[in-house]
Amino acid sequence: MGSTDFTWLIGGPQGSGVESGANIFSKVCAEMGYQIFGKREFYSNIKGEHSYFTVRISDENIHSNVNAVNLMVSFDAETIFRHYDEISSDGAIIYDSELENITTDRVNTLDSPFKDRLHKFLESKNKPFTIAGVLEVAKENGVKLYPVSFKSLLTQLSEELDNPRMRGLVRMYNVLGVSLSLGLIKMPSTSLVDSIDGIFSKKPKIAEMNKKTAIFSYNYASNNFENFNHALTGIPKQPDTILVQGHFGTSLGKMVSGCRFQSYYPITPASDESVYLESNEILEIENDRPGSTIVVQTEDEISAIGMMIGAALTGTRSSTSTSGPGFALMTEALGWAGINEVPIVITLYQRSGPSTGLPTRHGQDDLLFTVFAGCGDFPKIVYASGDIEESFYDTGNCFNYADKYQIPVIHMMDKFLSSSVVTCKKFNPKKISIERGKLLDKVEGEYKRFAFTDDGISPRSKLGMDNGVFWNTGDESDEYGHITEDPQIRIKMMDKRMSRLDLTLESIPVDQQAVSFEVHDYTIISWGSTKGPIIDAQAMLKKEGIDIGFVQIKLLHPFPTDYVKSVLKDAKVLIDIEANYSGQLGKIFKQNITREIDYYILKYTGRGMTSTEIYDSLKKIVKNTAAKREILSHGA
Amino acid sequence: MEPKLADYKTDVHNDWCPGCGDFGIVNALQMALFEMGIERDKATIFSGIGCSGKTSHFINTYGVHTLHGRVLTFAQGGKLANPDMTVVAVGGDGDGLGIGAGHFVAAGRRNIDMTYIIFDNGVYGLTKGQASPTLKLGEQTKSLPSPNTNSNVNPIGLAVASGFTFVARGYSYDVRHLKDLIVKAVKHKGLSFLDVLQPCPTYNDLNTRDWYAGVDLAEESMERHSRIYKLEDTNFDPTVNYAGEVEVNEKLSQALIKSLEWGDKIPTGVFYQNQLVSPFSTRLTDKIPNYLENPPAKQIISDNGLPNTDITKILDSLDV
Repeated sequence: MGSTDFTWLIGGPQGSGVESGANIFSKVCAEMGYQIFGKREFYSNIKGEHSYFTVRISDENIHSNVNAVNLMVSFDAETIFRHYDEISSDGAIIYDSELENITTDRVNTLDSPFKDRLHKFLESKNKPFTIAGVLEVAKENGVKLYPVSFKSLLTQLSEELDNPRMRGLVRMYNVLGVSLSLGLIKMPSTSLVDSIDGIFSKKPKIAEMNKKTAIFSYNYASNNFENFNHALTGIPKQPDTILVQGHFGTSLGKMVSGCRFQSYYPITPASDESVYLESNEILEIENDRPGSTIVVQTEDEISAIGMMIGAALTGTRSSTSTSGPGFALMTEALGWAGINEVPIVITLYQRSGPSTGLPTRHGQDDLLFTVFAGCGDFPKIVYASGDIEESFYDTGNCFNYADKYQIPVIHMMDKFLSSSVVTCKKFNPKKISIERGKLLDKVEGEYKRFAFTDDGISPRSKLGMDNGVFWNTGDESDEYGHITEDPQIRIKMMDKRMSRLDLTLESIPVDQQAVSFEVHDYTIISWGSTKGPIIDAQAMLKKEGIDIGFVQIKLLHPFPTDYVKSVLKDAKVLIDIEANYSGQLGKIFKQNITREIDYYILKYTGRGMTSTEIYDSLKKIVKNTAAKREILSHGA
Repeated sequence: MEPKLADYKTDVHNDWCPGCGDFGIVNALQMALFEMGIERDKATIFSGIGCSGKTSHFINTYGVHTLHGRVLTFAQGGKLANPDMTVVAVGGDGDGLGIGAGHFVAAGRRNIDMTYIIFDNGVYGLTKGQASPTLKLGEQTKSLPSPNTNSNVNPIGLAVASGFTFVARGYSYDVRHLKDLIVKAVKHKGLSFLDVLQPCPTYNDLNTRDWYAGVDLAEESMERHSRIYKLEDTNFDPTVNYAGEVEVNEKLSQALIKSLEWGDKIPTGVFYQNQLVSPFSTRLTDKIPNYLENPPAKQIISDNGLPNTDITKILDSLDV
């Protein structure tokens, strides 16, 4: 990493503005030229449970969080109890001094397994079970403490502004915390004011109040907090940089790819995408009247996929967005789309299962399920993006695959990606192509929707098209789409449909199938959002002269056996890294490539991997001290 | 060339049991499409699973034979993406009121301009005659090991309560009347529902053609004995004539009360019609003004293989 690599953490009860605070902080840092990697963790809860946001800031490109936090700001006790031990020895905690005497028992949302562990530890250190107790531990580790009474700050502010209403305005605590942090690290305050204006652009009155609070607390920190080791005063901006939230890649990708119908049922962490599409439902079209995306909230996921298929049959690029439990409900209709050769795209934002599992936490445990989803044999494509920027372009590719091969495509994303806020290179819509395969503009003469052809793909009419009448059925059908149980037709139809798995592998460019980030004796295989922390861990090791290879597999079904095999031919030790229990990619890999996986680095706590954790495990592997299964557990 | 009724028929062999009530429905549907002059390629018949599911293969328009219980979902998606198309969804009573009941209710709330016809025979025919949602409590059709332990769903009542804006009942052996009802239903602006009583000669030995014809009643009386009668022959006015809570509630409640009539007298015809409720397309044009002129299926999404959607403004707002 470069000269700046700084991690900031803000925590508080859900509903207290942790996320908007973090957004302001991220925006300010990004405006000052830094690269950002931010991630939100939260409970399945609306108000009260602990949520926190970690923002890593660097002058170089970063793709992950690290374990150590350099500055934590907290306006509630729980954040301190849960995170005090993550602060690095050169770091600091800004906290509300009113909290010092709060005991662990006063915090209802501290669950007993956590409390038991904490009590045991504090007992061993001979500290009281209070905020003061844990802060003493932090202080002994070298952490600087910046106590400030949030209440009296607001009181001073209300006197200065002659506005008594400010006095008890606890919902200002988040802006207070952000501004104190920025003041401490000496981030120029102009960007703070601009960011608040940007974020509250539709609520000028609230913006005004927030700005006053921000400047007041920023100045307070500048004048009163001393001797912090970190100063982030800004660097030249990198051109063409945007700050994006997790779902922007797939949502903007869908708009650009011409997806004009999206049906969905609410589910975390997928619904943000659909809500965003509906918020931007009217589309600007070059040299034409406006277009639109019809977004329908359905009664369940079964209806979501049914509607999407109905819309896709009219020739409309159609999609849904869901998570594991919702996808489980879609599998019957997925097979229908398979046997009827309907191009659909399902964006699957995975979370941690089984069942509702950890509903708001991360997981990559739906890979095997997705690859094998649906009854019967039918072709589908399973494709995974590794980061938000990639997901924009991959969305375009997924729609092209669907249209060209007339096949359902499942685009795998996950909670790690969806709750990230990152800087990346501005998306370039002109790098997306629109290839609709054998979709017809007009039909002449006799038409057979499922006509046998040399490449196994039939010209596709659409519902309502002149002379293009066809039939569909979930039963086996003849070339017209009428039911048949004839054994010979059955063979020909099965062969026709299944042949496109080979066609897919032959015609999808290899760089879209898998991406090699160097291959060395020790080489990682992985898929999806582990890409970021892996790349960063790889760079950390490289600095120490340890070369580790990494191959990111994007096309997971059909599995690109030949290509992956050839890419990995020089790798001697294979390490599979995944956010699930059983090493699901490893299973698919072994099934297709008769080769053992030497090590697994796995995490199934529901929290995303950090590059630090991966670095630590890789180092153990290289030193030959690792277990066959390295299980990661960082993160509150 | 002027279309003929025969143009709406496919040459697919119809393998329904001899005497099946479904024949009358498919004939009525073909006649209705012909009468309305709807071109073959401007209509799609969506069907569910079961005997009735095969309907789409017998009609020479676009035909989408979907999944058990899910026909309304496919049909609504198709209609929303291509609103120029005439959409008729068909399915059995088990399909629509058992496994698909959730979709039935949700469709009512949307009021998308299309028609849903339920082939209502009280049994699951294709799986050999189990009790379906419209079979009455305690009734025992011939395949049942013991009398039915579930109460029945009231299709008309459920449709009215769910928000369907045209609710009617037909009888499959009165094809002409059924055809007229289908024409009315298709022309209705909004979601229309037709409950079609349809004897299953193989598995429902209670609600047979003779039973509907009142042959058993005839033995007791020399008067008119058919159980089926037409609401339009009475002074029943199903139409919500003006917007107003009193009028709407009165028409809704009379439809519900009428739907409970069963036994010696079974009403057919229109139970409820309310054209004052906005169809879904209006709810869409309220926020997307050119939805009907430029619906999803008609939108041009690329120019020479490149996207034509301009997201510059959104991207610029994300600049740092």
